[in-house]
Amino acid sequence: MTSSATPARAPVPEGFKPPKASLHTRVLPGFKWSLGVTLTYLSLIVLIPLAALAARPWEHGLQGFLFNLTDGRVLSALRLSFSVAAAAAFLNLFIGLAIAWVLTRYEFPGKRLMDALVDLPFALPTAVAGIALTALYAPNGWIGSLLTPLGIKVAYTPLGIFIALVFVGLPFIVRSVQPVLAEFDAEVEEAARTLGATPIQTAIRVILPGLTPALISGFSLSLARAVGEYGSVIFIAGNKQNVTEIAPLLIIIKLQEFDYAGAASVALIMLMMSFGVLIVLNMIQLWISSRGQGAAK
Amino acid sequence: MSLIVQNVSKSFTNFAALHEVSFEARPREFLALLGPSGSGKTTLLRLLAGLDQPNSGSITFEGEDFLQLNARERRVGMVFQSYALFRHMTVAQNIAFGLDVRPGKERPSKADIKAKVESLLSLIQMEDFGKRFPTQLSGGQRQRVALARALAISPRLLLLDEPFGALDALVRKDLRRWLRKIHDETGVTTVFVTHDQEEALDLADRVVVLKDGEIEQIGEPLELYRQPRTAFVFDFLGHANIAQGALSGGKVAFDGFSVPAASSAADGQVTVRFRPFDSEVSRTGPGFAGKVLSVLPAGANLRLEVRLSDGTVYETQHAHSSDASTLHAGDDVFVRPTKVYAFA
Repeated sequence: MTSSATPARAPVPEGFKPPKASLHTRVLPGFKWSLGVTLTYLSLIVLIPLAALAARPWEHGLQGFLFNLTDGRVLSALRLSFSVAAAAAFLNLFIGLAIAWVLTRYEFPGKRLMDALVDLPFALPTAVAGIALTALYAPNGWIGSLLTPLGIKVAYTPLGIFIALVFVGLPFIVRSVQPVLAEFDAEVEEAARTLGATPIQTAIRVILPGLTPALISGFSLSLARAVGEYGSVIFIAGNKQNVTEIAPLLIIIKLQEFDYAGAASVALIMLMMSFGVLIVLNMIQLWISSRGQGAAK
Repeated sequence: MSLIVQNVSKSFTNFAALHEVSFEARPREFLALLGPSGSGKTTLLRLLAGLDQPNSGSITFEGEDFLQLNARERRVGMVFQSYALFRHMTVAQNIAFGLDVRPGKERPSKADIKAKVESLLSLIQMEDFGKRFPTQLSGGQRQRVALARALAISPRLLLLDEPFGALDALVRKDLRRWLRKIHDETGVTTVFVTHDQEEALDLADRVVVLKDGEIEQIGEPLELYRQPRTAFVFDFLGHANIAQGALSGGKVAFDGFSVPAASSAADGQVTVRFRPFDSEVSRTGPGFAGKVLSVLPAGANLRLEVRLSDGTVYETQHAHSSDASTLHAGDDVFVRPTKVYAFA
């Protein structure tokens, strides 16, 4: 097939691969438009309000801000909000994984109903949840009356806040993990079995690592939701200053006192802390999923 | 015998996947389970691996009742069609997995595991790939890693499910040779499933042909090819031309000529089959009159397609040096089988 008229062609370089689909060859057109719309929308809905928030606390200068930052009441509220939210998200990690596991792995009557129940904390107005939980866990409530003789107080203690946050955060983990678990290749598990792994070894060494990115993203969502949760907490928390007063409530209190700069200060601190936590979690997730995804190491 | 499968049946809720299947594998044997999709071959492999349980029948291995052992205890190496590699583990971790998960006192030392992994990496000719992740490998490389992982547990029996199914033709042929070589080196009794007759005949010591959950024939490749017992086996192992004739005394009479027949049918009017290479073409006859549709190269042979007046198309094969090479599409020819098969 070669003729002398054909110019000599350079040999195909080692490891050459034909170019993959790029932005220019993808099927959906309108990259510029969609990017424009997305950016505008993100700016309007997210960035501008947050920028306004960042601009607000400086009414009394840096000092005013620092005063708020070091105020004992603010600090204890922040500590409470973040630590209880983290604890709740952490517990949800396990409960959520278990529920997702049961929902994807087993067939049983009422499975669809159970699947729908998972979303209820999403759908329910959080205040309703708060009132219901308070009624249950108050010293004279159904559960509270059983716990009180044991010396366990739930309502109006940090434990109550914890329970409310577990309640609102649960769906995030379940819904993050469920699809990944459902897609998990059954042959991979069978391979582990033929290689001699026990069910527990298979779960821990084969399945869980595959779920880690989904678990982290569920944890992030659950944590973010719990940190900002207001409605369900304020009823059960009792809102004792320095003890069960959460940061979002403190913001409301400051607003009611017309201390807008103070409220914005607390809000800005919360925002920065949440942002930091989410970025760290995202980076961990990225790092984990980049292993085994083809990134050269 | 090392593996003995007796009267094994397996049905799922709505259909019977296997019916009274019996066969044996000799020590060190390379056995193929060949059949079209839905013939039950993968189901059978899964029963051998202990991933499913039969409804009845027995499976023993070296005198041990396999059905009393679960998949973990059987020490059977299985290579899955999808390879089923652990994505979050490196190649070396994948291969070491079967040794890593052993309970404390049976687990080899770290150094021993490392040495084993290295020797397997060199067996699959991937010494430099131990630190890569499966997604960084080509299909053929993944397949080899899956094999090394299965071999790491020093399996008593190796099972391969469509080992070359997802690979392109060239890689496939290469790997086939290579797999045979590995088998001959390790000497582990191997059962592999395939729907590709060429692969089965090329690779296996013996082939078990399955159809609709039942065994049609078991035999060495040449035996299957030369003495197919059923029309299904004949049709499945290669191209079949079909004709009608009158069988009597080991010969089949057609219109104006007769041909020796290998037959399991009773004398009388029969349907016969013949291979493309068991036929001659001529311009004069006798034979089945037809018109040449195409003349194409088929490796060492010429492949002709001839359409008869009733619309039947016969495929024939001839040496490049034969008279057939002078034929062109549109020529009038006669096709005469030289050997036909008639099945009861």
